[in-house]
Amino acid sequence: MSEHVAHAAAGAAHGTRKGYVTGFLLSVVLTAIPFWLVLGKVFERPGVTGAVLLGLAAVQIVVHMVYFLHMNAKSEGGWTLLALIFTLVLVVIALSGSLWVMYHLNENMMPSSMPDMRNMP
Amino acid sequence: MFDATPLDTGPSEASPRFYLTEEYHPENGTLLGFWLYLMSDCLVFACLFAMYAVLGRSYAGGPTGAELFDLPLVAVNTALLLLSSITYGFAMLEMQNSRLGGTIAWLLITGLFGVGFIGIELHEFAHLIHEGAGPQRSAFLSSFFTLVGTHGLHVTFGLVWLVTLLGQLGRHGLIPENRRRLMCLSMFWHFLDVVWIGVFTFVYLMGTLR
Repeated sequence: MSEHVAHAAAGAAHGTRKGYVTGFLLSVVLTAIPFWLVLGKVFERPGVTGAVLLGLAAVQIVVHMVYFLHMNAKSEGGWTLLALIFTLVLVVIALSGSLWVMYHLNENMMPSSMPDMRNMP
Repeated sequence: MFDATPLDTGPSEASPRFYLTEEYHPENGTLLGFWLYLMSDCLVFACLFAMYAVLGRSYAGGPTGAELFDLPLVAVNTALLLLSSITYGFAMLEMQNSRLGGTIAWLLITGLFGVGFIGIELHEFAHLIHEGAGPQRSAFLSSFFTLVGTHGLHVTFGLVWLVTLLGQLGRHGLIPENRRRLMCLSMFWHFLDVVWIGVFTFVYLMGTLR
């Protein structure tokens, strides 16, 4: 097994200086824009800003995955990508399911005669 | 090494096979296994994000995110974590070139950025608790401290791991085992940076918008 480890460690030269610097510069831009949007109050409506923020975060996550975590379809015979896709499916189910269920619970369990209940923890 | 050739007892060579004739065998199972651990950690954070999404507006008449968050400080924290990501990348490049001194130097810089990140975060937490906005104040603050605190705890453990590996490097040098460990920590460290993208976007920036 040890020769396998040595081989993999020696042959795993995924990252290059250019790749890391490219990823870093993209990340700096993709981080600076959201902070500028919020601190500078660029958009009138918070909904627009929120949507743009989520979009930029998604792009930055992909940038990190590609340039820092060296994700591609070939690494480990495609198993890392498969595990990632499976995890993303679970994450989407967990997030959207929780929000959907809890939103409806809030709607159904808050009697209109007790409006200040909405501020309870 | 096990023999991956399947039993060849079929009636004829021409009959179709419905199984892999060669099993996939990873070159380095540790890295794939560690990736699977990271994916499970991803699920932990997904649950915490879902919790924050559900409870993030339940202020209980207490302070809101817009009143509490100090965005310039968060920007400094984000910059520290991002810088630590690229310095760790440089440490990996030095490792690929088998330069022990450079690897240790970049790892030390990475660790300093990490310590700075944790220091600022602890300062922020202490400030919030001092203002009476501790985790017991409202559901919003409970979920905030749980989510951001879990991330901070991960970074803290990453720092412990980093110091341990520095000791290992000083003692044994760039042996294959240490290279493998450094690659695992690399994945862990970059993964934490990915989670932080979600935290600063969803918790801090969007929390300020409301």
